[in-house]
Amino acid sequence: MDIFVQQLINGLVLGSIYALVALGYTMVYGILGLINFAHGDVTMIGALVSATLIQLLHAAGLPVPVSLLLAGGGAVIVCASLGFSIERIAYRPLRNAPRLAPLITAIGVSILIQYSAALIWGKQYIALPAIITPPSIEFAGAQINHLQIAIVILAACIMGGLIWFIHHSRMGRAMRATEQNPAVASLMGVDTHAVIAMTFLLGSAIGAIAGLMVILYYGIGHYFMGFMLGLKAFTAAVLGGIGNVGGAVIGGLLLGIIESLAAGYIEQLSGGLFGSNYRDIFAFLVLILVLLLRPQGLLGQRSGDRA
Amino acid sequence: MTLHSKPIMIRTIMSSLVLSVGLLGCGKEQPPAKVEAPAPQPLIIKIGSASPLTGPQAHIGIDIRNGVQLAIEDLNAAGIMIGDQKATFELVAEDDEANPTKATTVAQKLVDAKVAAVVGHFNSGASIPASKIYADAGIPQISPGSTNPDYTLKGYPTTFRVVAHDGQQGPTLARFAINTLKSRSIAVIDDSTAYGQGLADNFEATAKELGAKIVAHEHTTDKDTDFKAILTKIKGKKPDLIFFGGIDPQAGPMIKQMQDLRIKARFMGGDGVQTPNFIKLGGAASEGAMASIPGLPKDKMPGGNEFLAKFKTRFNQDVELFAPMGYDAVQVLVAAMKRAGSADPAKYLPELKNTQHQGVIGPIAFDEKGDLKNAPITIYVVKAGQWEPLEVIQPEPVAAAAESSPAPAAPGATAPTAVKK
Amino acid sequence: MTGLRYASWSRQLLIISALIVAPFAIEMLLGRSWLRITDVALLYVMLALGLNIVVGFAGLLDLGYIAFFAVGAYSYALLASPQLAIHAPVLVIIPVGAALAALFGIALGAPTLRLRGDYLAIVTLGFGEIIRVLLNNLNRPINITNGPQGITRIDPLHISQFSFGHSHSLGGITFTPLHQYYLIFLAFVLITILISVRLEHSRIGRAWRAIRDDELAAQAMGIHTRNLKLLAFAMGASFGGVAGCLFASFQGFISPESFQLIDSVMILCMVVLGGIGHIGGVILGALLLTILPETLRYIGPLQQQIFGTVYIDPADLRMLLFGLALVLMMLLRPRGLWPKRQLTGQLTNRGG
Repeated sequence: MDIFVQQLINGLVLGSIYALVALGYTMVYGILGLINFAHGDVTMIGALVSATLIQLLHAAGLPVPVSLLLAGGGAVIVCASLGFSIERIAYRPLRNAPRLAPLITAIGVSILIQYSAALIWGKQYIALPAIITPPSIEFAGAQINHLQIAIVILAACIMGGLIWFIHHSRMGRAMRATEQNPAVASLMGVDTHAVIAMTFLLGSAIGAIAGLMVILYYGIGHYFMGFMLGLKAFTAAVLGGIGNVGGAVIGGLLLGIIESLAAGYIEQLSGGLFGSNYRDIFAFLVLILVLLLRPQGLLGQRSGDRA
Repeated sequence: MTLHSKPIMIRTIMSSLVLSVGLLGCGKEQPPAKVEAPAPQPLIIKIGSASPLTGPQAHIGIDIRNGVQLAIEDLNAAGIMIGDQKATFELVAEDDEANPTKATTVAQKLVDAKVAAVVGHFNSGASIPASKIYADAGIPQISPGSTNPDYTLKGYPTTFRVVAHDGQQGPTLARFAINTLKSRSIAVIDDSTAYGQGLADNFEATAKELGAKIVAHEHTTDKDTDFKAILTKIKGKKPDLIFFGGIDPQAGPMIKQMQDLRIKARFMGGDGVQTPNFIKLGGAASEGAMASIPGLPKDKMPGGNEFLAKFKTRFNQDVELFAPMGYDAVQVLVAAMKRAGSADPAKYLPELKNTQHQGVIGPIAFDEKGDLKNAPITIYVVKAGQWEPLEVIQPEPVAAAAESSPAPAAPGATAPTAVKK
Repeated sequence: MTGLRYASWSRQLLIISALIVAPFAIEMLLGRSWLRITDVALLYVMLALGLNIVVGFAGLLDLGYIAFFAVGAYSYALLASPQLAIHAPVLVIIPVGAALAALFGIALGAPTLRLRGDYLAIVTLGFGEIIRVLLNNLNRPINITNGPQGITRIDPLHISQFSFGHSHSLGGITFTPLHQYYLIFLAFVLITILISVRLEHSRIGRAWRAIRDDELAAQAMGIHTRNLKLLAFAMGASFGGVAGCLFASFQGFISPESFQLIDSVMILCMVVLGGIGHIGGVILGALLLTILPETLRYIGPLQQQIFGTVYIDPADLRMLLFGLALVLMMLLRPRGLWPKRQLTGQLTNRGG
């Protein structure tokens, strides 16, 4: 039992991070119908920027909470402006181009970000020295530390805040209008360019926070780390129903928990035939199964073809 | 897509070829250096280095290239005479992107550039297909990091490696774990790569033979950073030792997460873990972790610590993993050239087989397949944030006996465990 | 096909002889490595044309196409290597590889028929990963694929006694394995082009186009969308499978690391960058994206020569330029470098 609880906790923390990154994918997809392949790399930049800032600020003698806050702020600013510029340079000119054209620029931008990061931080793995050793508590026989609790709570706050923002603010309403029909929204006086830019800003800022969490939690960063994280988060977004913010949250948490439980129990369930080596495809199998039953994802709405 | 499209397609093919010719013109300026320059002018010898310089494994590839570069700079500074000519060595570094297809392209490129030898590749998946191209051209290839036993099984006379293959290190570690550490129940984790899985499987096979209980064999990947799920599962099995087949970017976070989960088992790895980076990534949690590296302890070897310091000064970063192997590979090659009095591969290749070199990684000699002869393996332990030698393990008597008998028996002594699995 | 009627025989002969002489010219002017690159480029042309059937003709976004390449490659490797101690003749293996890949194509297509564009993309992506992970792990409990260690000592292409792995002389000219593989790959590429062109203008091709443009309307017109979509997956996959067989024989070694997601993405890039749905454009895209990264390798030395020092690591510079090129090419030509002419109708489409 304690093992099961521990696996749930592991999955919950991992899933919170996935969910935050998935938000970035799903928001952009909801509005533009575009898979923003560069989003994982934006998260990577968030992680590396915060790693550098934390070390600098810590070395400057600032107390830990202050340096964490400042580092997070710095990462948010860098990533938000990066997201904004990506949209401006690589996606906006292709607004009326064939559907797959932005996919190529996204891949190009992703390569550009990766190797710019390689120039700045090098290609070695970057270790963040443990500046805090979060105390750990025991819960139903499982270990959970304060950092994990903080990650889950912060992620929940961000996701809740975002959902509130989308449903209750003026900008949020404009976002939803653009999502449903950009042309009509534009006729109604919505500045769709501004809305789209805002979407990228928000998504990237949330990605930056996810990056900060990754670097704090795992203590390791690398210029290529965005790829895997992005792939998992994208899967989570589709699982929940891409385009749906609540879906990204559910998808992320679900994916994290599925991965943990799969690694933990797949061997018993399959009678020793499959082991943890199949963890990564287990997530995809669940995804395919969900899509077979609900082709629009868990929370996605059934909509007409978007061509 | 009707009438004239086909000629146009072909025209496109042609024009893109012409385009590449044009672009190439710029790059092809330096004429291929003559390996055997006739008379007194300095002999320029090109040494190829092939490893992944981009992509997720770039840090390892760059490390190898830096090792090769350092060796070349050292040799040039020392002023080496080959035959009666003063030799200048030149590095030709290529990026194989850890991609088997690119590896063969790069191999052909190095052959075309008339390199005298190649140090590379890192991935077995790159070294194996490339070995045919080097063999066809008669150019010696020394891999600093490919541990797949298959690499040397194709019978090419040009194929060598200066890294212990999976059948050498794994069993030694298993014997140490069981005979010295008295481990009884062991959990094994591998990273699903040729290196990590080969090492872990060989470890597991020998450990089982010696009567230890393998309570779990879990897998992760070389891109993961979250191991909590498999570690939690392992925790339930209560092993006294966790063996990891893989490299430090995984091993560092893994040992941290072991501590988070309050796992008491000891941690052990192969040469992929015995790096400064592991301690950096693992932080305080890495204390007490053990890892092996072929060769004698660095401080017992002439030039061992000196190499690490020199590397750090030159490149402003610690040795990642295989730089010492890259460095020694060049030294071994040039020593053979010196003995043969020629940098012509056909002339010095036979000498390469007679290598008896005291390198940074320990004594280097090749068996008839081109594998490193069984050499001592040192187990290190992390003490106060430093790797300290714990024990030197001499090659096991069985393998040694087989090697002292007629030579061809030797491969049989080490390879089978690796091949049959 | 009406196209061939206009091209005179002499012109065809000229083109064919130019293509046959090309490898010798390339080797002489650029060196043998470029001949190898050309061989690989031909394989990618085949792959891109195969994917074009799925994405370009039928409009089904496939992000896991490399899986079919893998299926073909592993079929060849398992049937012609010491791994399972089978050495079947090539003329058996290649059809088997193609059929197996087609089967996998149907296996992928069947459950995903209901999915729309981007959901299909992620499912195909997942499919590609599933195949790779399977190949990487089917070494236990029973060793089939030899896992991450890969399969080595794969037989070269050979027809009875004639092996493409050895050099042969004909009339005083030596054909090295690279030349021979060039010719055989070229033959397969030409066949692929021929099939693609004929498919495009067949009833099937028109039906695919109808599905791509509006699936509901196509269904209403009485087009059997399910079977046709499955056919597109199967056809595209079989080209990938054949290319995989050729790749395994050419390399002599395969391992799962040759079949990663990024490879699928690159093939899709070739199709989209060249001109989706347009055979000439797709070929151009495949050639360009194979040759461009190799050409960019010369930037490193160039940097040294121009500035006298290396400012940016040549490998990084190469990747940066490649990323930049992708972005710029797409911004400048959003429909692809050489797109299909649209709205002009078949009869007036003479410009090509």
